[in-house]
Amino acid sequence: MRQDDLYINKIDWITILIYSLLVIIGWFNIYAAVYDGQETKSIFDFSINSGKQLVWIGTAVLLITVIMVADYRLFENLSIILYGIFVLILLLTPFIGKEINGQRAWFEIGAFRLQPAEFAKFATALTLAKYLERPSVDLSQFRYQWRAIGIIALPVALIMLQPDTGTAMVYSAFFVMLYREGLPQRYFIFALSFVTVSLLALGIENNLYLVGGVIAFMVILILLGKKNWQRISFFALMGAIIIAYSYSLDFVVSKLPTHQQNRIMVLFNPDLDPLGVGWNVTQSKIAIGSGGFLGKGYLEGTQTKFDFVPEQHTDFIFCTLGEEFGWVGSLIIIILFMSLLIRLIILSERQKTRFARVYGYCVVSLLLFHFSINIAMTIGLFPVVGIPLPFFSYGGSSLWSFTILLFIFIKLDSHRIQMLDRMN
Amino acid sequence: MNDSRPFVLITFVVLIGLALLVKLFMIQVADDSFLRRAERNAIQRIVDHPYRGLIYDRNNSLMVFNNPVFDLMVIPKEFSVKDTAQFCELFGIEKELLIENYNAAKKYSWVKPSSLIKQISNEDFARIQDYLIDYPGLFVMTRSVRAYPQSSAANALGYIGEINASQLERDTAKYYRQGDYIGHSGLESFYEPQLRGRKGAKYKMVNVRGVDKGSFKNGDLDTASIAGTNIQSTIDLDLQVYGEMLMAGKRGSVVAIEPKSGEILSFISAPSYDPNLLAGSKFGENYGILNRDVDKPLFIRPIMATYPPGSIFKIVQSLIGLQEGILTPNTTYVCNRSLVACHNHPSPVNLFGAIRNSCNPYYHQAFRQMINREVSTNTYKDTQVGLDQWREAVMKFGLGTRLGIDMNGEKGGDVPGSKLYNRIYGEGRWKYSTIYSLSIGQGELLVTPLQMANLSAIFANKGYYYPPHLIKAIDGDTSKIPEKYKTKVDVGVDAHHFDMVQDAMGEALYGTAARAIMKDIVIAGKTGTAQNSQGEDHSVFIAFAPKDDPKIAIAVYVENAGWGGRAAASTASLMIEKYLKGTVERTALEEYVLAGKFMD
Repeated sequence: MRQDDLYINKIDWITILIYSLLVIIGWFNIYAAVYDGQETKSIFDFSINSGKQLVWIGTAVLLITVIMVADYRLFENLSIILYGIFVLILLLTPFIGKEINGQRAWFEIGAFRLQPAEFAKFATALTLAKYLERPSVDLSQFRYQWRAIGIIALPVALIMLQPDTGTAMVYSAFFVMLYREGLPQRYFIFALSFVTVSLLALGIENNLYLVGGVIAFMVILILLGKKNWQRISFFALMGAIIIAYSYSLDFVVSKLPTHQQNRIMVLFNPDLDPLGVGWNVTQSKIAIGSGGFLGKGYLEGTQTKFDFVPEQHTDFIFCTLGEEFGWVGSLIIIILFMSLLIRLIILSERQKTRFARVYGYCVVSLLLFHFSINIAMTIGLFPVVGIPLPFFSYGGSSLWSFTILLFIFIKLDSHRIQMLDRMN
Repeated sequence: MNDSRPFVLITFVVLIGLALLVKLFMIQVADDSFLRRAERNAIQRIVDHPYRGLIYDRNNSLMVFNNPVFDLMVIPKEFSVKDTAQFCELFGIEKELLIENYNAAKKYSWVKPSSLIKQISNEDFARIQDYLIDYPGLFVMTRSVRAYPQSSAANALGYIGEINASQLERDTAKYYRQGDYIGHSGLESFYEPQLRGRKGAKYKMVNVRGVDKGSFKNGDLDTASIAGTNIQSTIDLDLQVYGEMLMAGKRGSVVAIEPKSGEILSFISAPSYDPNLLAGSKFGENYGILNRDVDKPLFIRPIMATYPPGSIFKIVQSLIGLQEGILTPNTTYVCNRSLVACHNHPSPVNLFGAIRNSCNPYYHQAFRQMINREVSTNTYKDTQVGLDQWREAVMKFGLGTRLGIDMNGEKGGDVPGSKLYNRIYGEGRWKYSTIYSLSIGQGELLVTPLQMANLSAIFANKGYYYPPHLIKAIDGDTSKIPEKYKTKVDVGVDAHHFDMVQDAMGEALYGTAARAIMKDIVIAGKTGTAQNSQGEDHSVFIAFAPKDDPKIAIAVYVENAGWGGRAAASTASLMIEKYLKGTVERTALEEYVLAGKFMD
């Protein structure tokens, strides 16, 4: 038996190493978030979150074992069934879920609480991969485009019923995968302009500046190319649409629920209401910003220790890191995440089957979205969205779902040669 | 085309990472405002107020000390009371006030302590402390207030109170905070830097709800407060208390000075008040009452009230005349009452007789000689030059200018010069006949009782004085007092001129103040009666004793007491006896003084 043939050598240990580092660092940070310097409990104490997280980590290791010993074909075969089950569960969640903060997003099974929307992500990813694997599917054609988007849109619509806007938004990450799989670039250019215009329209107090800017931009575009009537009328129409949109945006925003409106307003004006709406972001920025270059030291962060930042062990876990380990600590974590993402892109590219590659890119998409949006929101670059930092944030649903998501791909990657054989 | 997309995505990932790192760098490294905001959030500075310095009298009797008072604090979250009526009775608080204070505490914070009952006395505290355990959420915080065992020397000592806006503004060193206590008058104010000590600070960490989370950095940054320095005053507390008793029911001042040092032995402003009124919880209320009082007990008469000195000024006139050679002991004038009123005495008189008998016409004529020296044929001009020369000589006696006592608010009085009369009458439109009342210490001449006492010290010292002061030692060290109080000031009159003046003052009592005479101690003194257009004349007396070795120089000024020989001279004489002998044997005289009431 050649050494290459050992299954253990086919597993991508680099990814597993980064995963383990993130989980362990996250666990220490969860302890720092609950630590208050007076009532000193052990990091292993099961009455506090760090102890509970250890249970989640332990069970995640069990899940990993199950995934790694299972038949790799199982995931492909079960994808549609899993998707169907989760659609059914999501359909039921608004009715039988436990109401927390006005949302019915959680199932309570005994002492455990699970968030179906978290787990629906990997089922959706598997189903997308399964669908795109069909040789006939070509994302440059409209009929395949809308079917692929339909697979994403169904759970999104159901999650919106709970309503859990943050988790629903996460599903938009799949467009990163669709981009890789050939969805035409113009969609992204359009989306990018749309976001840019939206941000400018919301960020610039006086819309007249925006109007001036758009007109100037269009005039430049017209002057740069051929000056035929077609082009001129096209850019004039585009300009008019953008201006009309920017004016309608204020109206659209005013129709959003108040807490979402506030989150958007705070992004552009953090000092709007530092004790009310702006509290989370203000305190989060203070905690991170006070960390300085090297941080205050482990368990020395006054802001996180004394509960100035709400949700600091879950969605705002990055505050603890930023405060206690400073910019250098943040740099290390961001490099770890970037390495993981780049590693996963490389792994996806080396897949022999489209199924595994699409699934790999789905993992990349979801992790990238969570990682960037979560950190961006803690430092005031993005409105507050209640989504966790993968592997870091406290909570079983989050850790389990990301572990399952990632390790299914590691499993698929370890069988990439066999998968090709099967295809043939 | 699809081949480039993985690289686009990798670039995208790197760009996102970089964007996050740049923003993190901006808030973590480039901008330190978040660090300061974090400290404001979680670190609470608790000021440790120092123990204020004590004040002793010249014999080391305690004048001012710190009395512990107790504030009953409440943490609304933990506080509960079943029987409100019983609680109110026990803690001696009215129900309405309790409810009002409790609501205020609740409004301030649900979890942080605030005061429920302020400044519980020692006795009340002893009574309630055993019951405190029955009421959760209550605890006692100890502070201290100033206390005055003899209830005496209120105006000299001054009082402390919360710092006001203008004092805060002047505090360029930024030592004080809103709500700090500071000396507002008297010694408390003047020696504030010594008495206050140095505040300490403890740094505590608090959580988002303001709950104490222990000391910051194990207390490494904490500083202990440094207690204030004790000071010793020049005041003789026995004499002070005795003098205040004599002045009860009168309006005026008594200032006694040790001539050889300028140390103020007693500093009495009547009517006065009990200094304990302005310490403690009733400060605001009592201050209001005292401030509105028509007798102005807060008015520090010895340094703020200015009066015409009256006849005591004749001694200054004599000395200037002698020094300038205009008068000799043998200069004789007729008591010409057509010039100015006088009383019955032999006439003509020489200088000795003029002092002894307080002869007004003598000084009217002598002053003309001093003013009109015929330096100019223009009588107006001549008067102007002469007056200004005279003024300069008078001011050397510490008149018309602040003596620089260690208290705030001292008035300088006024010695008029040509400037003043030019302003009143116009230049060249006044001459000697306009200003002659200055000759006998009347007219525009204004002097504080402190300056009068200082004059007495000058006469006792034969021509010099030390600026009168209330500080004897700082931190037990007499050399630490301000330099100016150790500096002798010469009045520019040769010592030998004082011999005759002292003799005349010794005789003067037989003429104008026989009651003040003591059998065994020779008092040299001079009475005065300052005319008062509003009512009875003011009674003035300056003296020093024993004449041959002066230990005490004194000025007594009693408003509306009529002729100076009566109230003022008797009071001064009793004070001298008290100081030199320790007790007063002349009980008849004492009763006479005590019986005198000169207030409406």
